[in-house]
Amino acid sequence: MSQTERLLLSGDEAIALAARHAGIALGAGYPGTPSTEILEEFARLGGRAQWSPNEKVALEVAIGAAFAGARALATMKHVGLNVAADPLFTVAYTGVTGALVVVSADDPGLASSQNEQDNRRYAVAAGLPMIEPADSQQAYDFFLAAIELSERWHIPVLYRITTRVCHSKTIVVPRSPAVAAPAPHYERDVRSRVMIPAHARPAHRRLREKLVEIAAWNETSPLNQETPGNARLGLITSGIAFMHAREAAPDARVLQLGVTHPLPLAKIARFVASVERCVVLEEGDPYLADALRAVGLAVESKPEMFRFGELNVNRVRRILAGNTSPEPAPQPGKPPQLCEGCAHRAVFEILHQLDCIVSGDIGCYTLGVLPPFNAMDTCVCMGASIGVGLGLRHTLPPEQARRVVSVIGDSTFVHSGITGLVEMVYNPPSTGHVVIILDNSTTAMTGHQEHPGTGRSLEHKPTNKLVFEDLARALGIRRVHVVEPRPGSPELERLISECLASGELCLIIARRPCILIAKQLREYEKCATACEPVQA
Amino acid sequence: MSDSPVTNIVFGGLGGQGVLKASDILADAAVRAGFDVKKSELHGMSQRGGSVSSDVRFGARVFSPMVPAGEADFLVILTPDQVEPNRHVLREGGGLILPDAVSADLLLNRKSLNVALLGVLSRQLPIAEEHWLAALRANLAEKLHDANVQAFNLGRASGKGVSSVAPTGMKIAQPFKAG
Repeated sequence: MSQTERLLLSGDEAIALAARHAGIALGAGYPGTPSTEILEEFARLGGRAQWSPNEKVALEVAIGAAFAGARALATMKHVGLNVAADPLFTVAYTGVTGALVVVSADDPGLASSQNEQDNRRYAVAAGLPMIEPADSQQAYDFFLAAIELSERWHIPVLYRITTRVCHSKTIVVPRSPAVAAPAPHYERDVRSRVMIPAHARPAHRRLREKLVEIAAWNETSPLNQETPGNARLGLITSGIAFMHAREAAPDARVLQLGVTHPLPLAKIARFVASVERCVVLEEGDPYLADALRAVGLAVESKPEMFRFGELNVNRVRRILAGNTSPEPAPQPGKPPQLCEGCAHRAVFEILHQLDCIVSGDIGCYTLGVLPPFNAMDTCVCMGASIGVGLGLRHTLPPEQARRVVSVIGDSTFVHSGITGLVEMVYNPPSTGHVVIILDNSTTAMTGHQEHPGTGRSLEHKPTNKLVFEDLARALGIRRVHVVEPRPGSPELERLISECLASGELCLIIARRPCILIAKQLREYEKCATACEPVQA
Repeated sequence: MSDSPVTNIVFGGLGGQGVLKASDILADAAVRAGFDVKKSELHGMSQRGGSVSSDVRFGARVFSPMVPAGEADFLVILTPDQVEPNRHVLREGGGLILPDAVSADLLLNRKSLNVALLGVLSRQLPIAEEHWLAALRANLAEKLHDANVQAFNLGRASGKGVSSVAPTGMKIAQPFKAG
């Protein structure tokens, strides 16, 4: 590979390339914008990539690989880390034998998410080193550094990126492949890996010792770079904000932090002392600003209005000028809507007509909340549709409870709806309940990925298939119906009405493949019989 | 202001119109021409018919991947109703390229409008034709190649060119300067 080869890559693509060059043995995740493309690209480059039912399982699989001495990767969006938080906190205590990088792709500004939580807080709460690249070249270089850091201290690394780094394409000059990954091999280490209190107490102390060592190393890490400039203004920044800062204030002295936990406080203090005015520029929560003030550093931070949404060059100019006048309202573009001919349309039309109280979930079908359907009353997080619907059923007066319906997609159901169905059977409401799975044979909104209910792996090859109706019957649900939602057909409306009136626990699987992948699906079916894998 | 000039182009349209593909081709051509290039886009809702826009910036060194509002040198729009939501990105005297910059009936394939508008844009940018053609070949399916080259050349030869527009929307009757 040429040393001067210039590739134009998105941050996600750069991470995938680095993962290949670093010898990552296994990448596991769940689709979630803006992280989805990392594993897709990793697979396209020949890496072993898997979609797990949800992010918790994905992280656990990656932890297993790291316990085996391999280099492992887990990818997810910011809210996905909430799902994986349980293993995350404890793998910080166990440490890893090989290497483990956990990518958290955050979405400040909510391009496509239900909140704009700032996952840098997880590094502090769990006690993990955290690395933040600012463009694709850094996304590539810093990933290789993350593997080195993870392997050196046998600790998972939180690799935190945001939408603009994930999806912006910038130039990457790759390096020659790094040192070959060690061969996986089982070495027993019960005291490190079994977290009973007797083992966890010393593990916690070991974790804090590691973080002290890493903080000392970080004082001279090349991932934190100072850009020379005029001493009148110093900027402390990380992630994409670094790029906006360089453009908004080209003469300023800038300290870019690449390792943002544990912070190189001595280096930062020297920087603050070297400039007349020091401003912390960060998107989202005032994580850096609070940490620096906590150790007594005199730094300015952005006014509260700038914690909402992403930053850009003009917003950074405003922050530096202390301009808190109202910002121009963004011009609304045309919002997305369900495709013409989408199978979900028929379902929402019926639910609206029947005046149902619809507890909804996350996927393309969330668009059922918008006109002309206006057929969704609540949507909180992945899988919440069933639990929230049951909570409504248990507490509303019967005439209202009888109108409650839970609506969930096929991928979401596998992700975190199965336990909701178990809840329904275990704690049944007195008025019964109706759950509708909108099964379009794909994880659609994130770009048509496979999931355990499609019977195909990440690379669209045949694998074992989870059959929802069989699962439901095994749970003891008596009314399990599979129906094809066709516009104008009275069958679906009749079925929903009957289920609502029955007062029993009902599961309706409204099954029709997503129209956008009809062609690919035919190819996959052909492949399944011919045994010759085809890339979509 | 930065002493290294950056050329800023914004593409706007609806999902399915090839906005992102057009920006990919421009970015590729700029990389081939030796510039530092950054391209940003928000996708994810594009297949559901929502608004799509993409920024391409190139120069000796580019920092932010997003064109600051009021600094776009060119705004290329694929459908007229997407002009207003994007107009604020243009700088004073910036160039607006609309779908009517080419005669769409002359296209071998109507879906190549995005490439035709790239052709119109190409007259204004310091990127040699060979880089554009290489970018077309690298980014579009082989079987569509001839239709896309035709579309590109149609746009490049188009006399209608680029309207010079002030942020208020008034057309300025003066010759447009590139860069």
